[in-house]
Amino acid sequence: MRMKRKKRAQWLAFALFRLLGVLVVALLIWILGFIVYQGIGVISWEFLTTGPTEGMTGGGIYPAIVGTLCLVVGSLVISFPLGVMAGIYTQEYAKKGKLVQFIRLMTNNLAGIPSIVMGLFGMTLFVNTLGFGDSILAGSLTLSLLVLPIIIRTTEEALASVPYAFRVGSYALGATKLQTIARVVLPQALPNIMTGLVLSVGRVSGETAPILFTVAAYFLPKLPTSILDPVMALPYHLYVLVTSGTDLEATRPMAYGTALVLIVLVLIVNLLAHGVRNRLGRKVKMN
Amino acid sequence: MDIKRKKRRGLQAWVSWWIEKILAASGGITAFIILLIVVFLFKEGVGLFQSPRVDEGYVLLMHSSNEVDQLSADELKGIFDEDITNWAEVGGKNQAITSLRLDQIMDRFTEEELGGEYEYLSQRMGELIATTPGVIAFVPTLYAPLDHPAVQAMTDNTIALRDFFVGKEWIPTATPVPLFGTLPLVMGTLWVSLFAILIALPLGLGVAIYLAELASPRVRSLLKPVIELLAGIPSVVYGFFGLVVLVPWVQRVLDLPVGETAFVGSLILAIMALPTLISVAEESMKKTPRALREASLALGATHWQTIYKVVVPYASSGISAGVVLGIGRALGETMAVLMVTGNAALIPHTLMQPVRTIPATIAAELGEAAAGGSHYQALFLLGAILFLMTLIVNLMAEALAKKQHNKGF
Repeated sequence: MRMKRKKRAQWLAFALFRLLGVLVVALLIWILGFIVYQGIGVISWEFLTTGPTEGMTGGGIYPAIVGTLCLVVGSLVISFPLGVMAGIYTQEYAKKGKLVQFIRLMTNNLAGIPSIVMGLFGMTLFVNTLGFGDSILAGSLTLSLLVLPIIIRTTEEALASVPYAFRVGSYALGATKLQTIARVVLPQALPNIMTGLVLSVGRVSGETAPILFTVAAYFLPKLPTSILDPVMALPYHLYVLVTSGTDLEATRPMAYGTALVLIVLVLIVNLLAHGVRNRLGRKVKMN
Repeated sequence: MDIKRKKRRGLQAWVSWWIEKILAASGGITAFIILLIVVFLFKEGVGLFQSPRVDEGYVLLMHSSNEVDQLSADELKGIFDEDITNWAEVGGKNQAITSLRLDQIMDRFTEEELGGEYEYLSQRMGELIATTPGVIAFVPTLYAPLDHPAVQAMTDNTIALRDFFVGKEWIPTATPVPLFGTLPLVMGTLWVSLFAILIALPLGLGVAIYLAELASPRVRSLLKPVIELLAGIPSVVYGFFGLVVLVPWVQRVLDLPVGETAFVGSLILAIMALPTLISVAEESMKKTPRALREASLALGATHWQTIYKVVVPYASSGISAGVVLGIGRALGETMAVLMVTGNAALIPHTLMQPVRTIPATIAAELGEAAAGGSHYQALFLLGAILFLMTLIVNLMAEALAKKQHNKGF
């Protein structure tokens, strides 16, 4: 009798958990499905290759796509080498102890700083104090602060997953520490480090708050010619379309199209990260 | 030959010494950035408490017989909104208050009296103040008749710390003095974030238990990418989704005057906090030692009893770390909240009201605030407050995660 009650409680609880699991999948399908359903009709070659016209109710989002690409490249050129070097230092060089703990703590704290605070900081330091103005340079620097912790963390984890025997083998052959890291450890860890890079692409292309005051232009039909030019960017463009158009009903289709492009970008990035991770190397935490 | 090799080795040692130094420098980069952020936020913001309350170029004038020389920001607002109508209410003598702005003064005179280029405005203003003992006038310094014997300018003090931290109203564009009470914004941020976690916790914990304990490897390999994808969707897309789907839905179902409420903000934040919560909770549950589990099963407990009496308590610190991390994310989330909460700077009484959070305020107002002005400084201080809030939350999460990690068996 008692056993039966216990079993029934278990059955109920497990059914609930399965339901919750299904719910999460349903949630994702709902959000993605809604945007794909509404946006797919808007997507055309013209939408992807022309600028907005008629007060954002017509035309396309080409300048925003180019702008986002500029920001992705710019911020990763800055943060990737820096992040990988920082990761190599904490994982391979620094003595395990208080210092490494402190650095890890700071990296985690940096990851937790709200993106709008980064935007404020980027605006005072890069835009005003250093005088870059609203530009790709200022925006890229601000965004690179945001993804730096991701790259450092994935690098550290990737290096940690390289078996100790590889290093010892390399030392035994007479290689120095630097040679061991450069020729044995890094090549082994590279696929996992690339996962961090790919994830950062996704993060940079979706962030709005840090670029509000450092780079994003409301409407700018011409393409940037130098890194000191402002650009349009996909997420900011979506925000503008949704909240501050003159005719919100008429700009809605444009907004759905932009959201769909953003979502597809995120999907590609995630698939890529998965591909890299599953094909090569051991599992690295994705966050 | 030998010398050559030695030379090369010397060069190599030199190069690797330098590389090591460069690596060490980049290792300290995160700490350096955090230091810079603190310095710059406070540097830009702290001037607020040294700057006068009245906008530069303006002055408050009173009759020289008036004994009141200190008015708080709230009192000034009350006077100019005509809620306070007698000087006795603010510590003066029993006398009716006449509050005047520039346009009200100009309405009292004809064009000839003021002169074609307002050359007599200052003189007229002096006469008007001299004949109205209960007057308080907010005028540009340019036209203020400061040398008139019946006129005194009110000594303007700086914005008080107290007004900033416990002030109940945030009206940065109010005249004669802007109101920078951060309390409604702080409360709004906390309400929305905490309620979001309340929604996300049962859901996230359930999914985490499912993933860690019940799901087959195949289901897991399907569910994990779904959760990662949820984490990858940009916040502005969540905001858009919330605005076009959830806002009208909540308004219809709950029959509210406006759909843009704290509740919708919490719903969206809950969805956004789910991935963090699930992955952290799942990971710490998976680390439950096998021996603990088997001991429980050997005592006749069912799988479910083992989960809620052994696995979940064992992972409790890790789960709390996930919750706290989720709160941290929610506190700082900007775009999604900005788009769905309606942005009214009121201290919320129910969840079904519009609210305004700190990040949303910064995002919405910084573009309009003049650089270096008091509004600009106030927004930077808000940024500093938000930074401190998330820093504390992150350190808490860190401590909890460490506690979980150190759990020996």
